[in-house]
Amino acid sequence: MTTSGTTTAPRRTISFGNRQQLQQLLAFGGLVVIFVFFSVASPYFLDWANVKGILLATAVTGIMALGATLVIATGGIDLSVGTGMTLCSVMTGVFLANLGLPLVVGVLGGLAIGALIGLLNGLNVAYLRLPPFIATLAMMMVAQGLSLVISGTKPIYFSDVAGFGQLAGGELLPGLPNAVLIFFVAAVLAGVTLSKTLTGRYALSIGSNEEATAISGVDVRRWKVVIYVVAGLFTGLAGVVMASRLNSAQPGLGLGYELEAIAAVVIGGTSLRGGKATILGTVIGALIMATLTNGLRIMSIPQEWQKVAVGIVIVLAVYADMLRRGKEA
Amino acid sequence: MTDGPALLRATGISKSFPGVRALDDVHLDLRPGEVLALVGENGAGKSTLLKLLSGIYRPDAGTMELDGAPMSPAGPRQANELGISVIHQEFHLMPDLTVAQNIFIGREPRRAGLIRDDELERRAAALFERLGIPLDPRQPVSHLSVAGQQMVEIAKALSFDARVLIMDEPTAALTETEVATLFRIVRDFVSPRTGVIYVSHRMEEIKEISDRITVLRDGRYVDTLPTATTETREVIAAMVGRQLETGVRPGPPDPGASDGGSGRDGSGHDTVLAVRGLSTRALLKDVSFELRRGEILGFAGLMGAGRTEVARAIIGADRSTGVVEVNGRPVTVRSPADAVRHGIGYLSEDRKRYGLLLDQDVVRNVMLSSLPGLTRGGFVRDADGRHVAKEMVDRLSIRTPSVAQRTKNLSGGNQQKVVLAKWLVRDCDVLIVDEPTRGIDVGAKDEIYTLLTALAAQGKSIIVISSELPEVLRLADRIVVMCEGRVTGTLANADADQHQIMELATRFGADRSLVTTGDPE
Repeated sequence: MTTSGTTTAPRRTISFGNRQQLQQLLAFGGLVVIFVFFSVASPYFLDWANVKGILLATAVTGIMALGATLVIATGGIDLSVGTGMTLCSVMTGVFLANLGLPLVVGVLGGLAIGALIGLLNGLNVAYLRLPPFIATLAMMMVAQGLSLVISGTKPIYFSDVAGFGQLAGGELLPGLPNAVLIFFVAAVLAGVTLSKTLTGRYALSIGSNEEATAISGVDVRRWKVVIYVVAGLFTGLAGVVMASRLNSAQPGLGLGYELEAIAAVVIGGTSLRGGKATILGTVIGALIMATLTNGLRIMSIPQEWQKVAVGIVIVLAVYADMLRRGKEA
Repeated sequence: MTDGPALLRATGISKSFPGVRALDDVHLDLRPGEVLALVGENGAGKSTLLKLLSGIYRPDAGTMELDGAPMSPAGPRQANELGISVIHQEFHLMPDLTVAQNIFIGREPRRAGLIRDDELERRAAALFERLGIPLDPRQPVSHLSVAGQQMVEIAKALSFDARVLIMDEPTAALTETEVATLFRIVRDFVSPRTGVIYVSHRMEEIKEISDRITVLRDGRYVDTLPTATTETREVIAAMVGRQLETGVRPGPPDPGASDGGSGRDGSGHDTVLAVRGLSTRALLKDVSFELRRGEILGFAGLMGAGRTEVARAIIGADRSTGVVEVNGRPVTVRSPADAVRHGIGYLSEDRKRYGLLLDQDVVRNVMLSSLPGLTRGGFVRDADGRHVAKEMVDRLSIRTPSVAQRTKNLSGGNQQKVVLAKWLVRDCDVLIVDEPTRGIDVGAKDEIYTLLTALAAQGKSIIVISSELPEVLRLADRIVVMCEGRVTGTLANADADQHQIMELATRFGADRSLVTTGDPE
């Protein structure tokens, strides 16, 4: 299993401070426990094909969760990542399959749609001062509706677009699907953004004390827009990866993904109140979600019960996190 | 006052908010090399004036000049760039960021778009060395004590190349040693090309640090007085517009009650609340004391001595070991709700955060703790609440246009009375009052004192926690002095003087660090 390799590598660049490391250890420990449990419970679980399946299942939600982490760091929330991702898929389909634009243009177009969704979210939150919950709830509905309208409620297939399926499905590194590679590269970028750039610093700063940040001379409204746009780029990336993996844009998908992404973020130890966020935690959180679903399926536990299990894990993870925080701050 | 070159001058400043004229034709001039104190009761317009000078608000009328050149900062950042740095009364810190990240927020050194935290920390360390502040740049601000956070604010303000430093009540959270450090920093800062505007309620400090005093009242300019030749009571008179009858430091109210003979109501040693061996894991060690009926028991000590922690432990807000007896019977208090059931009400030092529903009116606030008694068949009887609230407004002389006024529009003193009213409606026999006059102006302080004394005379038993010794000496029958989580002495007010209390409060004399890791904020 590559988990240890992939988590230690980005740690040096991403983590800052002992507290974050501790937090990630806890989430990481949880992941290990779940892994060990399923490997004992099922002989098929540790098959590379199965592990690859887990990683693939992690990739799309994981990429969305990366952007969501930035927004949640500000104390906001982004409910539009799921259907927004779908709209980006559909628009990529329009650009590539319907309009026949070059591959690069179509992919960048998909990302741009994501950025546009983020821009509108950001403007609504920062300048109209809508609560993020409301602004992104509205966007969630708008994006879902637009996906259906634009696609005429039918899937758009990329069968005629040469090379598009290879974007996520190919294996640049032998054995590792590109979708997973893209996820890990995106995670490193998100980690650097969070801990080393003004965007990330001001996201944490706004989440920690918005008024103080403003008084300190930071243009909070402008930076909020920037943060939502960056989050939107991750939504766009998720949309492109999703479309490539399915080799089609499915306009009916997407609803509910946002909650999985948010769950990954909070399981990873990012505080919904803002100010404290960790990308490595989000990566682990997304892996926990996917591993759990996969393992339960392998054990032939009905899908309905899988949901119950995931819900319980969310409660346990966040409560454990609060216990530790309570002693610190 | 208009002659002589001014470093910073504001002329004819007016500012209105919907329904309120906050400033009306106000003047202020700061000369180079001086510390100008700005005083006035709450609501006099000091904070508004500071916010105009620092670019947070824009004036409706009037001009501001820096070095004779017109100035109108468009925001706090621009004010900083002009050389005006402000330390606001409320902290403006990001608790999750480190000390260094807080100080240089908005000015992060970068290379290729990436923030250079090492450079950030180096600059912060250099700044601390220059100012003589013992802080670790890498410490998260949430790990600092209140005094430590104040020091971060001061360092942040001085990290700009400031020419005008504006400080709004900078010592509210500081102990005497830290105040001394602050004054040293202020004196180091003042030069022929700089000046300080210093807002404070504490007359002793103003005497010590300022050169002149500008007085505001009800949004208007009153006078500017030279500190050296002005008596404190003249300043107070200018502030309140009348001579206060009592001096600044009145004697103990009722010496007869304190020398052990009898309580105020003549019921002898009737112990209402007894605390034995109260300890917490974080701080408190074996705290014991008794509170008698009709008594005001003062708690004195330095910041961090554990006075608030005693209150929190008694009301079950923090976990503790030890015995609490109410009217001679041991009780188990696991939560503030338990405490209220036993008739113990706690008035937090932070009334805006823990005492009031700021967006709700006087009625709702007064009813809050007694709602079950003010319902019929599960429905809240608002009419009864209004009635009770009106009674309280009369009894405590709460100044409010009506009981339907939102509490955030009341002055600090009247807000405090609303919190008191809440507990009186609940019929609490024991009131624990934490810093009852923090942020309350001189005139209203007196009213709160009178009120507390009157409540004690009616048989309520009151614990007053205060950092202001004159306040404790004025109010308390007996004084419990704490130091580092322990009770170091209990004095009858008649035997106590400030010197003796300070000695007990510094009994362990350890040099307290600015860092209090693990302390809940």
